[in-house]
Amino acid sequence: MAKEIYTKYKMAKYLRKEALPTALCPGCGGGTVLNAFANAIDQLKIDPRDLVVVSGIGCSAWIASPYFLADTLHTTHGRAIAFATGVKVGLPDKKVVVISGDGDLAGIGGNHLIHAARRNIDITVILVNNFIYGMTGGQVAPTTPFGAKTTTTPYRNIEHPLNIAEVVAEAGASYVARWTTAHVYQLIESIKKALQVKGFSLVEVISQCPVQFGRRNKMKEPAEMLRWFLKNSIPISKAKNMSKEELEGKFVIGEFVNRQRPEFTEELNKLIEEVAEHFGLGGKNAD
Amino acid sequence: MIIRGDEPEQIALLKKLYPKGNYFMQGDEAIAYGAIFAGCRFYAGYPITPASEIAETMARELPKVRGYYIQMEDEIGSIAAIIGASWTGLKSMTATSGPGFSLMQENLGYAIMTETPIVVVDVQRSGPSTGQATKGAQGDFFQARWGTHGDHPIVALSPISVEDSFWETIRAFNISEKLRIPVVLLADGVIGHTREQIRIPDPEEVEIVYRKLPKNDEEAKYPFGDVDGSLIPPMPLFGHGYFTHVTGSTHKETGLRDVYTPEVHIKLVNRLHKKIEKHEKEIEKWKEYFTDDMEILVISWGVSARPSLGAVLKAREEGIKVGLFIPKTVHPFPGKKVKELAKKVRAILVPEMNLGQLILEVQRYVNDDVILKGINKIGGVPLTVEEILREIRGV
Repeated sequence: MAKEIYTKYKMAKYLRKEALPTALCPGCGGGTVLNAFANAIDQLKIDPRDLVVVSGIGCSAWIASPYFLADTLHTTHGRAIAFATGVKVGLPDKKVVVISGDGDLAGIGGNHLIHAARRNIDITVILVNNFIYGMTGGQVAPTTPFGAKTTTTPYRNIEHPLNIAEVVAEAGASYVARWTTAHVYQLIESIKKALQVKGFSLVEVISQCPVQFGRRNKMKEPAEMLRWFLKNSIPISKAKNMSKEELEGKFVIGEFVNRQRPEFTEELNKLIEEVAEHFGLGGKNAD
Repeated sequence: MIIRGDEPEQIALLKKLYPKGNYFMQGDEAIAYGAIFAGCRFYAGYPITPASEIAETMARELPKVRGYYIQMEDEIGSIAAIIGASWTGLKSMTATSGPGFSLMQENLGYAIMTETPIVVVDVQRSGPSTGQATKGAQGDFFQARWGTHGDHPIVALSPISVEDSFWETIRAFNISEKLRIPVVLLADGVIGHTREQIRIPDPEEVEIVYRKLPKNDEEAKYPFGDVDGSLIPPMPLFGHGYFTHVTGSTHKETGLRDVYTPEVHIKLVNRLHKKIEKHEKEIEKWKEYFTDDMEILVISWGVSARPSLGAVLKAREEGIKVGLFIPKTVHPFPGKKVKELAKKVRAILVPEMNLGQLILEVQRYVNDDVILKGINKIGGVPLTVEEILREIRGV
């Protein structure tokens, strides 16, 4: 009985029960991400009333919206981070989290991703990278490995994948980490750190899609995909001493950056205070 | 719970910053000041000619009233950000011109479906495509109405002067807040860049509308339902513990997605239309001149309405019985009124800076025995009084 399963599940209190069961396929990594996120919220004792979750379009966009019981904004394809920017400016004291997929955030939404990182706005982005457009039926993504088969690369993918974590780190984010769904405990720790960092934080989660990706690339069982992740994961400390050729097809995991930079909403509010003072416009409004 | 910009000290602040009196400014600036008087405290935009002065004015003035300005990476992000901000209770606006407005269309539909109050300014310029980027035009009449996809209502207003730009912006916010719908301000590059005198009022003279908020947790459970029979649900803002779910997909009254039940879609989309139809009388606004004894009627909007008035006044001096009708609300179009006026005349002229757009809307309300003729001019130069007068004499 489905009901028994979720009432026994410790994190069920964080879920919107009327939206369950989830629409995710059996074996999908999305459940692992939702579980890791719920555990991070639980461990940090964040009140879900202090949380706004924003997502775009695609399988991964469903992970926390509608399933997570908080204010949730399910937006248009690729635009979650831009919507979240407006939410964060309006509610600078709340935790604003974007959970969405690679096609959504790094494909169509790539522009917003790098600019939010550049702006260093205090949003946590959990980017679920499953190398594929799952919901639309398994088309090639900007993250699909070179040579992989998809419905729109039936012979092989001749494009090179985007290294999301590196790009976002370079763009100026305060915190960037990458794990796979086979590194659950590390993932939870990173989500916790990302939620606590003041500034733009990205946790890229390499996640299995056995149905759309695995099945076309000789890994139709979820466990095969997890074994593939484990076998090819290289800790970032070790990767630093490896050549580009050696790292081809590997997943570099760990923390890419963890640094302090002036954060956007804080700077914006500071600017308002400066302007008010400069023009002699009096003190802060009572809330 | 408060909505930013509604605090009592804001009135004093506005009085201090913009004392009432006569100012000399551009249409674009008047739109920005109108927004600030209307309570707008969040602006996200992307520069584009001839709308950039709105962004520049907002960037300079908003911090003074504790409002937020962000220059986003593109127009899609701009409208996305203002929708996000609106759900936190900030009155929000973006401004752009034709090409940017095209980019915003998907999220304009999102705002309609999620009943998010926002104001989108389109300072129309000459197109298609990059066209004459720096020249004014009136080519986006139907883009405002039908630019986004699916069955939907929209409200679009069009100012005819710099001072009118100030007041129509305030009206755009008020309609948007009251009806929980995005409102488009169809300005144009000519008025946007024209400088003339306008009177800035005392903030107390300005009627400001704020969105309805849920009175209790029970009401907040139905952010997309008809809890009080007004067809307009109260808006449970983010950050107040309501656990609201907002989606552009077809949703039930609770906000939860249901795209499989025809009845859910039918009920939602029909309510969206009905709430606008029900309030059509309040939304519709027009100006009439000499319509009592007219034989010829001129119908004109936006920038073309002023040379039209000039031409009608001159024609009257010559003894020609001509009247003028200026729709300030262009969508929903005041068709019933036009139908009533059209019965009185033998000819209708429609001057506009395009090859014929408003005239198609007018046509729906005019019988075949009335001569219906457009006076159209493209190329970036506004119609002149003489050009319109010549057509009035000739008809």
